[in-house]
Amino acid sequence: MFDLVAFIPRAVGQGIPLMCGSTGETITQKSGNLNLGIPGVMYVGAISGVIGAFYYEKSIPEPGTLNPFLAITIPLLSCLLGSLLMGLLYCFLTVSLRANQNVTGLAMTTFGVGFGNFFGGSLIKISGADIPSIALSRTSLCFSKSLPFANNLGWFGKIFLSYGFLAYVAIILSFVASFIIKRTRPGLHLRAVGESPTTADAAGINVIAYKYIATCVGCMIAGLGGLYYVMDYACGVWSNDAFGDRGWLAIALVIFTIWRPNVGVFASIFFGGLYILYLYLPTGMDHMEYKELYKMIPYVVTLIVLVITSMRNKRENQPPESLGLPYFREER
Amino acid sequence: MANRVSEPLFHIVKRDNVSRKKAWCIRLIAIVLAILVSAILTTILTDDNPFQVCITMASGAFGTVRKTMVTLQNLAILLIISLALTPAFKMRFWNIGGEGQVLIGGLAAAACMELMGDRLPAGLSFPNWFVMVCMVVSSILAGAFWGFIPAALKAKWNTNETLSTLMMNYIAIQLVAYFTIKWEVPKGSGKIGIINQSTNIGWLPQLFGSRYMLSIVLAIIVTIGMYIYLTYSKHGYEIAVVGESERTARYVGMKVKKVIIRTMLLSGGLCGLAGLLLVGSINHTITTTISNGQGFTAVMVSWLAKFNPFTMIFTTLLIVFLGRGASEISTKFELNQSFSDIVTGIILFFIIGCEFFINYKINFRKPSSVTAVVQEETAPVSAEQSEEPKEQPEEQPEESEKKEDDVNV
Repeated sequence: MFDLVAFIPRAVGQGIPLMCGSTGETITQKSGNLNLGIPGVMYVGAISGVIGAFYYEKSIPEPGTLNPFLAITIPLLSCLLGSLLMGLLYCFLTVSLRANQNVTGLAMTTFGVGFGNFFGGSLIKISGADIPSIALSRTSLCFSKSLPFANNLGWFGKIFLSYGFLAYVAIILSFVASFIIKRTRPGLHLRAVGESPTTADAAGINVIAYKYIATCVGCMIAGLGGLYYVMDYACGVWSNDAFGDRGWLAIALVIFTIWRPNVGVFASIFFGGLYILYLYLPTGMDHMEYKELYKMIPYVVTLIVLVITSMRNKRENQPPESLGLPYFREER
Repeated sequence: MANRVSEPLFHIVKRDNVSRKKAWCIRLIAIVLAILVSAILTTILTDDNPFQVCITMASGAFGTVRKTMVTLQNLAILLIISLALTPAFKMRFWNIGGEGQVLIGGLAAAACMELMGDRLPAGLSFPNWFVMVCMVVSSILAGAFWGFIPAALKAKWNTNETLSTLMMNYIAIQLVAYFTIKWEVPKGSGKIGIINQSTNIGWLPQLFGSRYMLSIVLAIIVTIGMYIYLTYSKHGYEIAVVGESERTARYVGMKVKKVIIRTMLLSGGLCGLAGLLLVGSINHTITTTISNGQGFTAVMVSWLAKFNPFTMIFTTLLIVFLGRGASEISTKFELNQSFSDIVTGIILFFIIGCEFFINYKINFRKPSSVTAVVQEETAPVSAEQSEEPKEQPEEQPEESEKKEDDVNV
């Protein structure tokens, strides 16, 4: 029997990093920047958080208890700082220096994944600590703390209340982002910048500022996804390449949700479910290979959605008009 | 003063024409700066002096004959993939699915080796040359098919190719993962191991007595072929026109859809060839990581070379050298292997950034005098007039050179 009560929390756990990534990327893309560096940004966000937590845990030897406030604030701030720097780098190259967005994004992914794996593998050696691996279980406990009464509420508590605070932050951020983009004046300006920067500029909107802010905020939200994965889902254990290709999946989600972060909340949980569906589908012991085919489902589904949206060619479902193009005022 | 709008500290003007020498000088400065930054970073991490670091990197790439050959072989594979992506990019078709096209080509080759090799029932066997022909044909076709799908979608419904090729990568990866488990030896190990180790069926031949030479020779052939194809053939011209302006292409009667699909068939097919070499000539096995992100690296290599096949040799060399050099450093100082990715990333950022200084000029605010103001006002206008809209300045020297060549011929 398919155990839905056990399945949904795991799907949500898988979905939260995707949700953060896709919300961040949607905001970025709405400003006309196609940031293919999101996978790298998520790695950098995760490892920055790990570095912050690592040094904080190191300063308090094993039996000592962490101050819960500091244990959450330090990794959170370092994660945000790390992803902000990546966002600034991307903006500087693509907006100020007008570099090609695809190439810059791919370079950021190379760099970011390398950065994450490098410090994940060498942090212990560099800091001179004498522990075998990075296992920030004490910090992780602070991050994954759920409401105390969640366990008493049966299936309801398990499905809705059993997550760490970052999960709720991610969901709230998605809805807020959706609201801002759709219903507020800055959101309107942001969409204008993404659709037609020339028109936006003529209307007196500061295109460069919008692009910078949207991309940096987007990167910071995406970085939170990485932090959630390490601190909550992976229980504070960093292992290289464990984060895998979720960053790309987050970019796929942006299309899947046709640039709507509120849809993204459900879509990313759905994708999270697809991501781990192979664990639940019956395969039999001698046909392990089918699991690999099940893992293909999210990508195939995304491709189909991509094709369908382009086929139907509805105006409100199209990518931002100037997505991927640099803006140079003097060049018309 | 209060009424005057203050002039900005600097403003940016597009350069109408940059001499090739100047452009390469700027790039060289960027590379040197990037190497300096990487050297400083390495020094901080390893407490070794920067010169020693450079020597270690060089010895990692060219220290022994074997290392040099491996470097050249890696260069050849990356070069073939970059060349494969180039016609698509020139057409402004962002094929970032090189990874998937390489993998699927490799998978096709591996499938031929598996199914026509040791697994056949006793008494039944194919001649080795037949297996090889099947491998070559099937891997190129498989790669081309993987390129055809996004191209057809783009041509028919204008589906965003960056994202569809990206998805095709992961579909290919999972397909390879599926067959890896299906053919795994021994059961439960999760990998295929060397295929046909005893009979060597389907192992591509060695050239000049070295197993590294086949890829290198093929890479040279593909480089020259691609240069001729892009520069002198009708197809190459059509690609350039479609890339510059689809409307113009349609106006002069080119079948844009046909050009897109044909170019992607070529692009995917060449990626399939790279996959064939990786499986048939180099590794004799297949894993999901066999192409090792080179499909993505190739995007950057091709772009850095401004889509010129011969320049691409140098950009590939730079990337491969950095990768192997940095991995030597990480081995020597017991750092993580990902160190090379960081160094590559830094260099790429610098080169990407420096393109700005090739395409644009920064005019700083001059001490306010009448002549200066007049100059400032006229400069952007003249720059715009002398230039066709959105033309890349790099194209012009190439074209003039082409004309010279034509005259010489």
